[in-house]
Amino acid sequence: MLQSFFNSWVTQNLITMAIIAVVMVAAVMMSRREYWRVAAREVCQKRAARFSFVILCIYAVVALLDSIGWRRPVVDASTGKTVLHASTGKPILDHGASALDYILKPISSKKETTYSAPLAERQFTTVIERAEDGSVARVHKALNYPCQHLLGTDIIGADVLALSLKSIRTGLIIGFLTTLIVIPFALFFGLCAGYYGGWADDIVQYLCTLISSIPSVLLIAALMLISGRGLPQLCMAVALTSWTGLCRLVRGEAIHLREMEYVQAARALGVSSWRIIVRHILPNLLHLVLINLVLKFSGLVLAEATLTYLGLGVSAETISWGTMINDARSELTRDPIIWWKLTSAFVFMLGLVLPANIFGDAVRDALDPRLRTQ
Amino acid sequence: MHYIIRRVLYFIPTLFSVNLFVFMLFFVVNTPDHIAKQALGEKASTPEMVQRWKEARGYALPLFFNRDSKGMGCLRDTIFYQKSLKMLWGDFGVSDMTLQPIGPEILRRIPPSLCLTFSVFLASLFFNIVIAMLVSANRNSHYDFGVQLACVFLMSVSSLIYIITAQYLFGKVLHVVPVSGFLPGKEMFRFLVLPVAIGILGNLGSGVRFYRTLFLEEMGRDYVRTARAKGLPEGKVLFVHVLKNALIPILTNVPVQLLMLIMGSLLLENFFSIPGMGGYTISAINAQDFAVVRTMVFLGSFLYMVGLVLTDLSYCLVDPRVKLV
Repeated sequence: MLQSFFNSWVTQNLITMAIIAVVMVAAVMMSRREYWRVAAREVCQKRAARFSFVILCIYAVVALLDSIGWRRPVVDASTGKTVLHASTGKPILDHGASALDYILKPISSKKETTYSAPLAERQFTTVIERAEDGSVARVHKALNYPCQHLLGTDIIGADVLALSLKSIRTGLIIGFLTTLIVIPFALFFGLCAGYYGGWADDIVQYLCTLISSIPSVLLIAALMLISGRGLPQLCMAVALTSWTGLCRLVRGEAIHLREMEYVQAARALGVSSWRIIVRHILPNLLHLVLINLVLKFSGLVLAEATLTYLGLGVSAETISWGTMINDARSELTRDPIIWWKLTSAFVFMLGLVLPANIFGDAVRDALDPRLRTQ
Repeated sequence: MHYIIRRVLYFIPTLFSVNLFVFMLFFVVNTPDHIAKQALGEKASTPEMVQRWKEARGYALPLFFNRDSKGMGCLRDTIFYQKSLKMLWGDFGVSDMTLQPIGPEILRRIPPSLCLTFSVFLASLFFNIVIAMLVSANRNSHYDFGVQLACVFLMSVSSLIYIITAQYLFGKVLHVVPVSGFLPGKEMFRFLVLPVAIGILGNLGSGVRFYRTLFLEEMGRDYVRTARAKGLPEGKVLFVHVLKNALIPILTNVPVQLLMLIMGSLLLENFFSIPGMGGYTISAINAQDFAVVRTMVFLGSFLYMVGLVLTDLSYCLVDPRVKLV
């Protein structure tokens, strides 16, 4: 049920739009405040951070292009006309593909039959062929599209560059969707526990202890075994194991802010506690949330690969860096080895995680008041 | 003394609730019928086969309360008592797939796991601290900058990549060490060198950065200035005064980490075919062996909580300033 809901094109487009809207609204609201503008300027002053941000934006654009899709009428290859339904006369639509699929069509449609090295003219594997004079020889067959696969092809002849680009979406979804699930949970429980204290605090503390006492890999393993493999399930499982850290952080800060004079003044004036939380406490701990999320992001992308290898991540047919690395293990046992799939997955992954780490460090340096005073 | 007793008493209800949580997760969310159907094949299984499968593994019981039994039996002849509560005193039952008892299997697999994880732990601690010390002594130098850069880079590479490339390079091309496998005794060293090295490398990035901030924070303190002012050599200031004080936050993490070493390393043991706890967990996950995974989840959280109790107690040993009431 969940799987089909997430796989339908309409929902995917809607979710993508919603995410873009949320990010835009957050950016606009933050740019109105002097505090965030100063921090953004500080991040921008670092060359490495600026550069990382540009790379992250490129990755985000690729992922967005891959998330927006539509269905197109099927075109008959021989006549060049759209195929019409026999009884209704309406054009028949295909299964739908993302914008990135259409952009990548010149690459991904160049199908080979099996492995080929980057920019190779011939296949990587040999076949036995009988020549005209009857002699038998092992030959590397010529490719359908020689010298056109920048990163080679994999076992079924798919272009590795296209695969790597398609994996970007999976990686970003793991990082982003998990975060989106974690924030409301952690904020709600953390603020309730911190602001109200008493039995609310006891319950939240108890929940946190319970969940964090189970080693996260094992809890994810248990959840994934029960719910089955898949991208949405993976995000949920990882989110369920990782909200406790942020929750504790928010709780601690809320306890500290609760005693501040401006909060006490607001309370004395009879402001409702809901309004105090939203207007006076939440904005003052948002920097903690942001630091935590930016720093966690790269770990989540790396975790996907590891979990997929352990058989707990996305299903085998989902294109992701985890599945690519997983395949590469058997490819390295061949002789000569097939190195390009592992290398591309590694480079594309590094291209996301390294800037994310550098950018995360810059954001922490700019926002953490403890570091600023030093 | 009072504190210790209270801490241990607090530990018991938490342990019990973890037990209940694991039970809920594995038997209420995911019923035994469901597990049986998964194991036998969704379509191929008949109700009789499911019933026989459940009886062979002791799942053909009510969850919490058995009306058919007499006396204490109505509580004892239930899945909750047989499968969940018994774990509290170390009776883990049998594996779903092989029907072998889990307890002895775990005992057999702990030593290889410990050989691996303990060496990784000790060596990581040593390398992290030494490198972080050297870096923070030369703060803001080119050397510091280079190490920082290398740390970010090391952190950004998936550990799978380390394992696969190292296994290929040292095992297959250079033939320095065996690709994978394990032998007890003297031979063990040959098999463990590579996994331990990779384990260290994997921890290095985040470890050095963590200890560097710790040491830098400590170096800004007044006592360091005093020590320097009275003319102590820099090495003595760093490795005696700073290290001793920075050790408090380091050591308080140690009990939990030490106990968690028993759970083994999932990735390393799987890649290098080391017959330890991590490998056992992985094969159980791949075979959908719920009994073993359940045991591991419970054992992991049990060790974690014991570690937390020990941490609290070690506070008063390491830092005489901390008084527990």
